[in-house]
Amino acid sequence: MSTTVTPEQVESRVLDALVTFGADASVVSRDATWEQLEVDSLDLVELAQVVEDEYGVEITSQDMQSLPTVGSVIDLVVERAA
Amino acid sequence: MSEANGTPERAGCALVTGGSRGIGAASARALAADGWPVAIVYRSSDEQANALVAEIEAAGGRALAIRADVSDPDAADAAFTAAEAELGPVLVLVNNAGIARDGLAPQIGDEDWDAVVATNLTAAFRLTRRALKPMLRARFGRVVNVASVVGLRANPGQANYAAAKAGLVGMTKTVAAEVARRNITVNAVAPGFIETDMTDGLLDAVTEHIPARRPGTPDEVAACIRFLASDEASYVTGATLVVDGGLSA
Repeated sequence: MSTTVTPEQVESRVLDALVTFGADASVVSRDATWEQLEVDSLDLVELAQVVEDEYGVEITSQDMQSLPTVGSVIDLVVERAA
Repeated sequence: MSEANGTPERAGCALVTGGSRGIGAASARALAADGWPVAIVYRSSDEQANALVAEIEAAGGRALAIRADVSDPDAADAAFTAAEAELGPVLVLVNNAGIARDGLAPQIGDEDWDAVVATNLTAAFRLTRRALKPMLRARFGRVVNVASVVGLRANPGQANYAAAKAGLVGMTKTVAAEVARRNITVNAVAPGFIETDMTDGLLDAVTEHIPARRPGTPDEVAACIRFLASDEASYVTGATLVVDGGLSA
């Protein structure tokens, strides 16, 4: 599974998930913060679940606290899936 | 409403722990009657679990008996996974499994304390945690925890049981608040004295203290669980529904 994961795939999946959670698609980007997207703690739990289900990467609530932007999550997933 | 018997077709299943007997068995029947395929998780009574599956299937429903001790984390997780594999995502979870190891507080040993808390509270939390992740993604879920009036008021001789059941009520409220915005409800029922194997031999002594002057039946508790699991109960969450014939009124 991990050998087929590309940064582009992860970015696309994460951005899609955030839009599904209700984030404004025109604002969703790598540089966006959770506050800008109005993404709440439950959304982040769900994002972690999506990532775990689809890439086998576990992201804890402690991890999330040090990941202020969309891009920082994407980078962590790519790093751990490698 | 696509089924011949008029019940809705469900996109997942219900899982009932302690499902082969008493309140659990009655709940499994009630949820099956509402169209839910039901995973009946049980610890010891193969014969009763298999008979219940046969009964539900004879009535046109789907059911699966899974033997597991829910206080064993690996066994509980495996049971949950087996239910998902066979019946689809668990969208209704009824945490009913419970044990009692009664005694006055000075005589409750660590083993009896730990065993009751492990089965009645910790196992319910683990299964709830396990269930919530797919429920979050499904944007739907119903968790019903079977607490007890003993978790709400004193009952000498059951400090361990009371603590675990009170813990269930507290867990119910907080988890309900955490996930309410995802159309997931988490509620509890608090039965009083119900005619089950667990209360066998105790009822004569307490019936006179029950305003209804009789013990409850498993079906009367199951009816409440069925309601809390229903679409109609969509705005009920964090609640504890007391089912005790007026005992704690």
